[in-house]
Amino acid sequence: MENLEYVLQMKNISKDYYGNCVLKDINLSVKAGEIHAILGENGAGKSTLMNILFGMTVIHSTGGFDGEIMLEGKNINIKSPQEALELGIGMVHQEFMLIPGYSVTENVKLNREITKRNFVSRIFGEKLETLDLKEMAKDTRKALDTLDMDIDEWTRVEGIPVGYMQFIEIAREIDKKNIKLLVFDEPTAVLTESEAANLLTAMQKIKESGIAILFITHRLDEVMEVADNITMLRDGELVAQKKSDETNVIELAELMVGRKVEKIVREKRDEKANRKTILEVKDLRVMMSGEEVKGIDLKIEEGEILGIGGLAGQGKIGIANGIMGIYPVSGDIILKGEKLKLNSPKDSLERKIAFVSEDRRGVGLLLDTSIEINIVVTAMQIKKTFIRNFVLFTQINQKRIKEHTLKMIKMLDIRCRNEKQLIKKLSGGNQQKICIARALTLAPDVLLVSEPTRGIDVGAKKIVLETLVRLNRDLGMTIVMTSSELAELRSVCDRIVIISGGKIEGELKPDSNDTDFGLMMAGEYKKIHSRGDEQS
Amino acid sequence: MITRIKDLFTDFDLPRLLIVAFLSTLLVLAFFLGLPVLGLLTDMLNRLGMFGVLVLAMVPAIVAGVGLNFGLPLGILCGLIGGLVSIELDLSGGWAFAAAIAVAVPLATLVGLGYGWLLNRVKGSEMMVATYVGFAGVSLMCIGWIMLPFRSLEMVWPIGKGLRVTIALSGRYERVLNDFWDFTIGDPGSSTGALTIPTGLLLFFGAMCLLMWLFLRSRMGIQMKTVGDNPKFAVTSGMNVNRGRMIGTILSTVLAAVGILAFNQGFGFIQLYTAPMFMGFTAVAAILIGGATVKKASISNAIIGTFLFQGLLVVSLPVANQIMQGGNLAEISRIIISNGIILYALSQVGGGE
Repeated sequence: MENLEYVLQMKNISKDYYGNCVLKDINLSVKAGEIHAILGENGAGKSTLMNILFGMTVIHSTGGFDGEIMLEGKNINIKSPQEALELGIGMVHQEFMLIPGYSVTENVKLNREITKRNFVSRIFGEKLETLDLKEMAKDTRKALDTLDMDIDEWTRVEGIPVGYMQFIEIAREIDKKNIKLLVFDEPTAVLTESEAANLLTAMQKIKESGIAILFITHRLDEVMEVADNITMLRDGELVAQKKSDETNVIELAELMVGRKVEKIVREKRDEKANRKTILEVKDLRVMMSGEEVKGIDLKIEEGEILGIGGLAGQGKIGIANGIMGIYPVSGDIILKGEKLKLNSPKDSLERKIAFVSEDRRGVGLLLDTSIEINIVVTAMQIKKTFIRNFVLFTQINQKRIKEHTLKMIKMLDIRCRNEKQLIKKLSGGNQQKICIARALTLAPDVLLVSEPTRGIDVGAKKIVLETLVRLNRDLGMTIVMTSSELAELRSVCDRIVIISGGKIEGELKPDSNDTDFGLMMAGEYKKIHSRGDEQS
Repeated sequence: MITRIKDLFTDFDLPRLLIVAFLSTLLVLAFFLGLPVLGLLTDMLNRLGMFGVLVLAMVPAIVAGVGLNFGLPLGILCGLIGGLVSIELDLSGGWAFAAAIAVAVPLATLVGLGYGWLLNRVKGSEMMVATYVGFAGVSLMCIGWIMLPFRSLEMVWPIGKGLRVTIALSGRYERVLNDFWDFTIGDPGSSTGALTIPTGLLLFFGAMCLLMWLFLRSRMGIQMKTVGDNPKFAVTSGMNVNRGRMIGTILSTVLAAVGILAFNQGFGFIQLYTAPMFMGFTAVAAILIGGATVKKASISNAIIGTFLFQGLLVVSLPVANQIMQGGNLAEISRIIISNGIILYALSQVGGGE
């Protein structure tokens, strides 16, 4: 069914990374002058799909993909982003790819400068031709006018507001003569609301000029506002394709999240039990770039498993890092009625809060060190255990370390050659178990676990989650689990708070309906339910 | 057990295998050229003991994450001052050596403190900064050697001001370690020469290694290693990264001070002025030959490295002289080898990840 009216057709696209299927039979067709939105959670496969479209090396170095891509009815095989650009597929990046020291014009025309011949270039070739600044400025002006930007084309990029930078990127793309398809990768993520509105207007204009737009986002209201068609991905599969005037935000939210929630065997907590607050944060603000927390009040009850969910970059990761004092933090953190010293990981650890970092390999482990040292090293420093004291010096207590390590290896089913094996030789799942073992060695009252199942296989995932539940039920350990995987939170947590834009969007029970989860993840919940309750 | 042996072999990477092969070839060659092989072995052992502590000084710096300590001359200068004070006090024998250490260690601790403070301020470019700090320290002390108020006639120029370039240690603490409990195997007159074991020297080096080993297994040592291994991890474990690096730097500086004294007693002379300038490079080359990297080092790296590097120098000199008469081929080959090794190791730094 070849159809020339489609600018881009992607047919039966499948992709797996080492047997791990990330995209399955995706079909996508975009017409000229259409805004087509691709919606989905983190990890739904949106970026992989775009990587395939742009022929990124990650795709080719991992065995390519299945399916075919057609541009204006012609089969194409894109091997590099360069080729994609030549074919007329442009990208507006999430992070601005602009050179701050250059002017707007220079940025827009970068590597596509208009040049005049001069006498040096006559001898040495076109590389030495003079720039035709007038023509370049004229083109840039035209592109900027299309976007209704009244910024001077000779302003230097550095120092202009963030919101404008996005437009300069767009101007650069639409200035390309043969541009047919423009991909916007979460363009509004860093923009303020009014800037985002401007952007959406600009998108409409681009669309009117006959360019097709792929709009990748998770903001549902924006989709409803500008998109003509919507493709929804979830876990690498295409779940729905809809016309935007045939659907609504609520339905989209449900589609985005909806999935079977597998409950890990666990009795429901007694709702009426006498609950004490063990840890409380007041107006917590954490300066963690990319995961900034902008004022959160949260009470964590003794003996519960609290889930913290939300999309990447919304600040959920920052909370645990802030409580541990790893990133600059302000506000109040109150543990058992006493204020915690801020910005002091040592104090947090000594007060029996343990932390399993989301960045396992970067922060969570000593990769070149043995399993046993990795497990005991924090306890050794904080609780001064596993060492023998002589009068003037200390020595590690090899025997006790070995005993303890073997116990942990057995308890968490860590697959390794022996307790002396180097961490870097273990699989991701086993490394994660080591991280948890280290936290347990501290015998904490509160365990903060961030992204415990990121990048580990299904079997290990189950063990990790079951371990958390067991610790909670058998030892009464309070657990705060931060995860991007909503299904996972819903399977183990007692309650779940969803973070959006660095603040709490709302709190839900694991069995609350999918729509609410979806709306909260997308940051739409408060907007829709803002009639009565006033929350900050 | 089998895996242990396997690990050992994989640890011996190509550059080290090449050097071992080269050294063995030289030794065989020396035998066929009729050189006193046992005598050469004696020299190798002597040099192992003399240089060993200086190379060992690299270990705490690398382990603490400061990288190769090109600023070793700072510690060496402290050691030299200790040695000079001991002569000024007119001590001799073992006491003189002990006094030299007693003066040098606290001095090196102080210098190490300042040096560590500086290195904590230049994270990421420690090695470059350290190199120039070392050069600057040596140059500054060139003035120091003239200005310092030492009076002993053994040390100052007979005419004019300041200390001599080379100060003989005969009658002071020359070879106090080398000659302690030493014994000789074989007949010194034979064609292969005799093997003399410098027991005291080797014991001293061994003791230093043992202390280092014990330290690395203490709570503070583990903390230092953790800081060097992964600073972010250390922070989340409530450790003070700067403190760990500081400890490593101080230890390295102190060991350098002790190391130069051990070297001087075996050599029989104290060399001042520009002599310490490039000693850091020699030690760096040795530990890298031993299999250390900019981020990872062990005591065995230091021992093996010193033995291989110094062994190469000891054996190549007579062999080269035997094959090609005249010229200072050995010195040239030493420079090529030591700088080549440093170049190789530094080129490996960024490539791994």
